[in-house]
Amino acid sequence: MEKRRKENGRVLSQKEIAPQIFDMWIGTGLAAQARPGQFIGVYPRDKSTLLPRPISICQADRERQALRIVYRVAGRGTEEFSHYKEGDEIAILGTLGNGFPLEAAEGKRVLLMGGGIGIPPLLAVAEALSGTLGEAGADIRTVLGYRDSGLFLKEDFRRYGAVYVAAEDGSVGIRGNVMDAVAAENLAADVIYACGPMPMLRAIKGYAAQQGIDAYISLEEHMACGVGACLGCVVKTKEINRHSHVNNARICTEGPVFEAKEVEI
Amino acid sequence: MNTQVTIAGVTLKNPVMTASGTFGSGMEYSRFVDLNRLGAVVTKGVANVPWPGNPTPRVAEVYGGMLNAIGLQNPGVDVMLERDIPFLKQFDTNIIVNVCGKTVEEYVEVVEKLGDESAVAMLEINVSCPNVKEGAIAFGQKADALYHITAELKKHARQPLMMKLSPNVTDIVEMAKAAEAAGADALSLINTLTGMKIDIYKRKFVLANKTGGMSGPAIKPVALRMVYQTARAVKIPVVGMGGIGSAEDAVEFLLAGATAVSIGAMNFVNPYVTEEVVKGIEDYMAQCGVEDINELIGAVE
Ligand SMILES: Cc1cc2nc3c(=O)[nH]c(=O)nc-3n(C[C@H](O)[C@H](O)[C@H](O)COP(=O)(O)OP(=O)(O)OC[C@H]3O[C@@H](n4cnc5c(N)ncnc54)[C@H](O)[C@@H]3O)c2cc1C
Ligand SMILES: Cc1cc2nc3c(=O)[nH]c(=O)nc-3n(C[C@H](O)[C@H](O)[C@H](O)COP(=O)(O)O)c2cc1C
Ligand code: FES
Repeated sequence: MEKRRKENGRVLSQKEIAPQIFDMWIGTGLAAQARPGQFIGVYPRDKSTLLPRPISICQADRERQALRIVYRVAGRGTEEFSHYKEGDEIAILGTLGNGFPLEAAEGKRVLLMGGGIGIPPLLAVAEALSGTLGEAGADIRTVLGYRDSGLFLKEDFRRYGAVYVAAEDGSVGIRGNVMDAVAAENLAADVIYACGPMPMLRAIKGYAAQQGIDAYISLEEHMACGVGACLGCVVKTKEINRHSHVNNARICTEGPVFEAKEVEI
Repeated sequence: MNTQVTIAGVTLKNPVMTASGTFGSGMEYSRFVDLNRLGAVVTKGVANVPWPGNPTPRVAEVYGGMLNAIGLQNPGVDVMLERDIPFLKQFDTNIIVNVCGKTVEEYVEVVEKLGDESAVAMLEINVSCPNVKEGAIAFGQKADALYHITAELKKHARQPLMMKLSPNVTDIVEMAKAAEAAGADALSLINTLTGMKIDIYKRKFVLANKTGGMSGPAIKPVALRMVYQTARAVKIPVVGMGGIGSAEDAVEFLLAGATAVSIGAMNFVNPYVTEEVVKGIEDYMAQCGVEDINELIGAVE
């Protein structure tokens, strides 16, 4: 079992890559155990904001012992992080959550679907799928949904296959959301990995069920402990959960990634 | 140096315990701290059958603390006995099981089932649950209802009973005296203070349940005052909690009259906090020349 811990990492670099979207590399030994789809809890220094902020791991560089996070300024915590400079200490808890099941992609046509600030964790998936799957490989296509022309991470995904873009305001790519892009481009798939806002995930769940596609979706919920102790972050499940003995699973530990058909969203 | 304290005949190697609902059944935080170092582990509240709890969002951050409306999700007492108690038994610490229910009969059922498990050292009764037969007013918000449930559980309990008081009352001392008069072996306080948070842009409550229990450092002064008032008013031991996050906080509660302390929300901020508080109390004792921790209990002047 990985060694979950709270430690001080160090900011290696930070830059604003789109309006209010920040890209930070953190030097930390946690990089060695990070898996695509896992997240970390980032603690603000301001003692009036106590709880760790869950942020997905966008990339892990084992050699440099560094984790990359890409986040939107949403409130007090992320606002504070956005001012951190190279060399600053940053308190993190990790690595948290289960991650995406990559085996499910072997020899398959894979669709990565990311909406807004749900895009970052999929980059780790793209990277891992292109690097680790053997001869069979995986055919990776990515659909990214944005609000407007403030694109981010698109070029990073390009290295791993075709990238399709949708923007709600129609300023770039296909007008609409990721589902609109899938329809417009006729993108067939055997496996979907997705992360994004709840309406998008609901639409993907419905689409996958209808098309008989395996879909793995990464969910968000307000969290307190991040380690499975407080039961703050649950999602309703189709079956009775083994741990809780009710129809609830903890997103922080049994998730954040669930098979779409297992959860009631 | 002696750090041992005794509550209702149960000896704790030190006065540091976990607060119910913040530490699961110890499994999750055993990856961060050595449970053998703790005076006791207090489990998440357990009912006679599994409870699904409330819709999400269940937690929200507030200035210096948090709100929770978990709704007492729990797997039921049978799972507790089959899975959680055997896990906790591996450690050299006291097991205290927190009990919840919607009727007195439900509490009795849980208390009776736990009575057969000798590894359970003590029962902590959460009386902040809504009493469905009394218009959903919590058992712990009316002195006569608190007296009644305490007396009734006392008839069935095989382990010492620690009644966990709600701070959402006009007079905490009246409640403490009612529980004592009904035969409670110990008291613990405070449970969370009922609070609220509103998202002004969405014009919506942040918690699906609208209200939630507040905990964390921001409630510590209120908790300390209530522990002080209670400890002076009753003869049974009092366990203090509410915002404790350091050894200094814990010692404050001891000085106010608590025999032991529980640490809750601060586990989320610092997963190592319980063990650090144990160590910190020892350091404080060494530094201040305190030979026996019992000297500190209620020693505020
Ligand atoms: C598993 C997971 C992965 C995430 N990955 C990313 C990511 O890669 N990039 C990114 O920008 N955002 C991500 N988020 C959302 C991110 O956690 C929130 O935007 C962030 O917590 C906001 O904190 P704040 O202090 O700036 O906002 P505030 O509104 O001041 O936060 C107040 C409290 O609410 C919580 N909170 C607020 N919004 C959310 C939310 N959407 N989800 C969960 N908790 C919330 C905060 O953690 C904090 O406890 C992720 C969320 C989850 C659950
Ligand atoms: C997430 C959470 C869940 C809780 N669940 C319970 C519970 O099941 N039973 C109970 O008696 N108290 C419960 N409490 C209350 C705590 O045990 C404690 O009394 C309170 O939080 C004050 O202490 P703190 O400020 O150190 O957290 C819960 C508190 C939190 C934060
Ligand atoms: S955040 Fe505490 S259980 Fe998930």
